[in-house]
Amino acid sequence: MNTARASSFFKQLKKPSVLPGFGLTLGFTLVYLTLIVLLPLSGLFFATAKLSWAEFFNTITADRVMHAYGISFGTAFVAALINVVFGLIVAWILVRYDFPFKKIFDAMVDLPFALPTAVAGIALTSLYAPSGWIGQYLEPLGIKVAFTPLGITIALIFVGLPFVVRTVQPVLEDMNRELEEAAASLGATRMQIFLLIFLPHITPALMTGFAMAFARALGEYGSVIFIAGNKPMISEIIPLLIMTKLEQYDHAGATALAIVMLFVSFIMLYLINVLQKWGQTRMLREH
Amino acid sequence: MSLSIPQNKQSGIGEVLWVRIALIITGMLFLGAVIGLPLAAVFTEALRKGLDAYVASIIEPDALSAIRLTLLVAAIAVPLNIVFGIAASWAITKFEFTGKRLLITLIDLPFSVSPVISGLIYALMFGAQSLLGSWLLEHDIQILFAVPALVIATIFVTFPFVARELIPLMEEQGTEEEEAAILLGASGWRTFVSITLPNIRWGLLYGVLLCNARAMGEFGAVSVVSGHIKGETNTIPLQVEILYNEYNFVAAFSVASILTLLAVVTLLLKRVVEKYGAKTKKITT
Repeated sequence: MNTARASSFFKQLKKPSVLPGFGLTLGFTLVYLTLIVLLPLSGLFFATAKLSWAEFFNTITADRVMHAYGISFGTAFVAALINVVFGLIVAWILVRYDFPFKKIFDAMVDLPFALPTAVAGIALTSLYAPSGWIGQYLEPLGIKVAFTPLGITIALIFVGLPFVVRTVQPVLEDMNRELEEAAASLGATRMQIFLLIFLPHITPALMTGFAMAFARALGEYGSVIFIAGNKPMISEIIPLLIMTKLEQYDHAGATALAIVMLFVSFIMLYLINVLQKWGQTRMLREH
Repeated sequence: MSLSIPQNKQSGIGEVLWVRIALIITGMLFLGAVIGLPLAAVFTEALRKGLDAYVASIIEPDALSAIRLTLLVAAIAVPLNIVFGIAASWAITKFEFTGKRLLITLIDLPFSVSPVISGLIYALMFGAQSLLGSWLLEHDIQILFAVPALVIATIFVTFPFVARELIPLMEEQGTEEEEAAILLGASGWRTFVSITLPNIRWGLLYGVLLCNARAMGEFGAVSVVSGHIKGETNTIPLQVEILYNEYNFVAAFSVASILTLLAVVTLLLKRVVEKYGAKTKKITT
């Protein structure tokens, strides 16, 4: 397609504007997006097409895989739940109270976004190994963290925390103080105010944070593999199983699992969008 | 120790003191345990055998070549994603066109894909089984298990960072200033350089910081396509993994401490950028 025709094609789809550069920037964006993201991703579907439906189905429902789903979804769910509870407390104290070293604690929340996952993985493993700072106290109690699903959960709490805190924080900051004051002057207790005013207000944000932390946790690899120990049927997560299959040159098997996880990611992405819209409309209604 | 509630001073409502203290202590302990301890563990483990062992692990040839490779990968991936991020946000925010929402969703896509899958798609694309892969093999072009694949996988995982920061920012700023410049006869490039760029500089810097931190620290995706050839295709995170799996813990944590310092510096710079960004926003509005 020559450039003149391409740009006239683009122009039919857009409203007129005096600003230049539409064809150039959109054209570059689309080419880059296609080459880097869309083409390689669509390759996944071609690669699985080599499997028959029965083979595909058997691959994604094999015993070892079913256990891995259980561990991946279970640990991601528990970690996201714990993050919702403690993430709310952290967001609450950061927005509402003053305390020593507040700025440092606030900055610490972002660390999981910036710290490479492999580093987090080995650091957590050293902490929770039987001889580690925390592991040595848990070992006599009979609690094993490293190389069990409990360890996976702890790694996923680490990676998911900022998603909850950073989603809830702005909503709490934005909260209309008048409602709270009105309720208090009408004699509501602090607990009533929390349950009847705060909780409904921040529920969309909490659920968005939960969904984001959960989605991230499902795909997490680097921080988990060190602490997980990766025992088949006990502490093996789906991303690791994909890696294992790939290393055994079982490309079709790896791709089949990848398709399942990709499908789950799309559902989560859609859910997060819906939750965010819900939060925005609620915000607009209240202001 | 002051435990006042700044916004609440006038209204006099809020939690009773013991609830407040209990919440603060719970929050601090949780943050300390979940985030503070791992951070401290990296440096303690790295310095376990003293400063000499620490320095020796870092200037060891394989570690140095991992550092060089990481810098090279980031030096290619980050600028490409900056150009893409600016182009995409210009097209998306300065014009109205059909399919905009879909485009934004597609740009965000790499964030919701597991790092392992991000690597897998390139392993499939450039692997010997694919059409492209066998063609590359015939022409003796090495992409998979070599630097090009590391770069491409890194571009993929850091793809949305810059665009995602710029789109909401440029959306908010609208098109009036640029339209005025164009109508007064400025060229498109000049308008971009003297109007748009100063307006978006803090947001752009913020996006670049995050993009760079992820590019240097990516593990899962590069692990799939790297082939783990010592001294050749190991980036810093991969080198950390290898040392750790060889039970060479001091060396693993020493090399990991470079990435940890990078993360801490990134967060500090991010704070500064946020502060300046907020200031300029206040002046312009």
